[in-house]
Amino acid sequence: MKLLKLVPDNTNVDFMRVRNIALVLSILLTIAALALVAVRGLNLGIDFVGGQVVRTEFAQTVDIEKLRGDVAALKLGDANIQEFGDSKTYQIRLPRPDGPDTAAAAAVTELRTMLEREYPGARVDAGESVSGKVSEELAWDGALAITLAMLGIAIYIWVRFEWQFGVGALVTLFHDVSVVLGFFALTQLQVDLNIVAAFLAIVGYSLNDTVVIYDRIRENLRKFRKMAMVPLLNLSLNETLSRTVVTSLSIMIALAVLLVLGPDVIFGLTLAVLLGTFIGTYSSIYISAPILVWLGVTPDSFVRGDDHDPAARPAAA
Amino acid sequence: MLDFPRWKKLGIWAVVLIGILLAIPSMVPKSQVDQWPGWVPSPRISLGLDLAGGSQLLLEADVADAARQRLQAKEEEVTTELRRGQPRIAIGDVSTSGGKLSFMVRDPTQLDAAVERLRALSQPAGLTGQRDWDVQVIDSTRIVMTPTKQGAATALKDSMTVARDVVRRRVDPSGTKEVTVVNQGQRRILVAVPGVEDPDALKALIGQTARLEFKLVDLDATPDDIAAGRAPPGSQLLPMADGTGRIAVKRRAMVSGDQLINATQSFDQDGNAVVSITFNNAGARRFGRVTQENVNKPFAIILDDKVLSAPNINEPILGGQAQISGNFTVESAAQLAVALASGKLPVKLDVIEERTVSAELGRDSIEKGTLASIAATLAVIIFMLVTYGRFGVYATAALLVNALLILAGLAVFGAALTLPGIAGFVLTIGAAVDANVLINERIREEQRRGRKLLDALETGYKEASTAIFDANITNTIAAVLMWYFGSGPIRGFAVVLMIGIITSVFTAVNFTRMLVAGWVKAKRPKVLHI
Repeated sequence: MKLLKLVPDNTNVDFMRVRNIALVLSILLTIAALALVAVRGLNLGIDFVGGQVVRTEFAQTVDIEKLRGDVAALKLGDANIQEFGDSKTYQIRLPRPDGPDTAAAAAVTELRTMLEREYPGARVDAGESVSGKVSEELAWDGALAITLAMLGIAIYIWVRFEWQFGVGALVTLFHDVSVVLGFFALTQLQVDLNIVAAFLAIVGYSLNDTVVIYDRIRENLRKFRKMAMVPLLNLSLNETLSRTVVTSLSIMIALAVLLVLGPDVIFGLTLAVLLGTFIGTYSSIYISAPILVWLGVTPDSFVRGDDHDPAARPAAA
Repeated sequence: MLDFPRWKKLGIWAVVLIGILLAIPSMVPKSQVDQWPGWVPSPRISLGLDLAGGSQLLLEADVADAARQRLQAKEEEVTTELRRGQPRIAIGDVSTSGGKLSFMVRDPTQLDAAVERLRALSQPAGLTGQRDWDVQVIDSTRIVMTPTKQGAATALKDSMTVARDVVRRRVDPSGTKEVTVVNQGQRRILVAVPGVEDPDALKALIGQTARLEFKLVDLDATPDDIAAGRAPPGSQLLPMADGTGRIAVKRRAMVSGDQLINATQSFDQDGNAVVSITFNNAGARRFGRVTQENVNKPFAIILDDKVLSAPNINEPILGGQAQISGNFTVESAAQLAVALASGKLPVKLDVIEERTVSAELGRDSIEKGTLASIAATLAVIIFMLVTYGRFGVYATAALLVNALLILAGLAVFGAALTLPGIAGFVLTIGAAVDANVLINERIREEQRRGRKLLDALETGYKEASTAIFDANITNTIAAVLMWYFGSGPIRGFAVVLMIGIITSVFTAVNFTRMLVAGWVKAKRPKVLHI
């Protein structure tokens, strides 16, 4: 049987040749993404800003103007009414009410009662309310979790490898997270708690990819003491290329299936992870490796690394 | 490489087999699992609310209210100790403003004795040897008692534990539903009830403090006084629960709900819904005596400072049984009965977050999620097979075992599967492939470099292990942080990820290696077609 080989044997792509172009592109992409976030802002869900959301499936198509009017009559603030999936399902979002922390829960009850009264047969599929206090905490905890995950991982890599590798991983992660954030700013897809999980998954995957490549770079640094850094990086990238392609593809295949067949509710999460996988694969090749050159990693800089890793000492020595 | 001692083989197969057995109960209908004999372990994956449908409430203690109540209780305690204890110490000008209890000791010579007796009332709090109340003398006539920070913290902690138990008794009177009631942080309680789609009833049930009191109606208060908001000394004005104005009642409670042993919904002679209550011995005696002394006078039944009704005492109520009337429906009477029977909440709880998902939406999510998971797994399997041939078969076996082990792990650890958990599952399936890919690619590479078959296998597994180790540690770090700092959906995702990391390393490194070793030993191939 002929096996599929996406990356032919003896592939030798000169990744490093375009490293400066890739760097400029990545910097521009990161700046553009962050600018987008700053200018357009993120469509933060009620998890992070507080408020109420009710998702209703009506028995028949409803007149959206009447619905708008009915919701407005409740005087619960500016409502945002969106179609969700099909023309009978709507998501009604209300801003965080003034008043005590209990006001959010009370507002959702009011909305629910109105819908059931005015639209017979309407089924409230989901109702959520998050008070200001909780949403602030969720936003803070989410940001904290992502930041700490990035730092924790970078520290681990610093300990296991060298400081340059830790910095490289951190920069790579920053790039990936920024780009995906920019994507959310661009599409105005809602950012809720699920999306934080997506970001953590992206951080995890991107790191996974970077670490596999770093692992090979470290191995080659010990093996080829005389080789210059740029060809050594190229060699390492090419040696791991087949693995990178197969793994990234298999994950993207799995996610693409989930995107198409999975429930609507996790569409945003899946899309974010899919994009993150793609960006993470790109960045582990074009950012995390070249950055080692700029940070001045040489085979010599790794000799110290042998001291706390006896397994790596050449057997002949 | 080929050297697999018998115990190791047995161990690996045992893990795989146990994993599969533990995964089975989650994949067959519950009705069938229920028929299995009791000794068969049948852990089932519990579904998160987003998949099962149901309601979740996050409750927060009203700390200011708790402090106020604590101060009031202290006032009672102090008054009882000084005015009624021996020897009696007369006090006056009692005030509880500013979060402090302050009063005057009428006879200055008794001041030191009073302080002595009050100090004995305070309890040690915290680990620093601090007490829960500070007792101070000011202006040499006045005693001020201030709650200490430690004391307040200890009191809140105790209250939250009691509150959790009360909430649990209210939400789950039968104890059969899979409800979750847990303390979260220092002042919060998370309540999740599968199957309940209308959280309002739940909120009404939990939101009641259910402080029940019987107080005499103050007949000296004129309608004019009440209209002007004036209450005679020793009395207070309380609103009627149905909103029909206010009524003056004596401050001192005749009997309170603390002396209840049971409450049930029933009907009175006219067929109206009422709540029947049963007092304990002390409560029954007291209730009997007070009603005996006050026949033909009205008494007020007060719930959470609102007067439910104020019927006349027609005859002494002996035997410790009484009925609470007050315009109930059958539902609201039943609700009050549950609230009373479960005890009063030691602290007022506010709903600060609420999430409800209908069962239909949950079912839809499960169906689509399951379908997508299966399809994603199949797609990855096909990809593995065309890429690695025979080694793809091993990777596939690892993948399937891995999927089953994750299900088993979720079932055994009792972690709820959530929607993001499904995404985590799919991502783990994708990532689990990575370990196999790393090994297989390395074997390909080593063989290409001219290594002999066994050598290539050995080196492949060995060299790939470092990368697998580092990659999985980084992922574990991310998952642990997710779990620790995350809430709700993030945790669901993290749990699946953590279990998936462990199972994928086991299946990729140990399980496939054993399969490969078995094949090489049996067939003695000359080259690896990989």
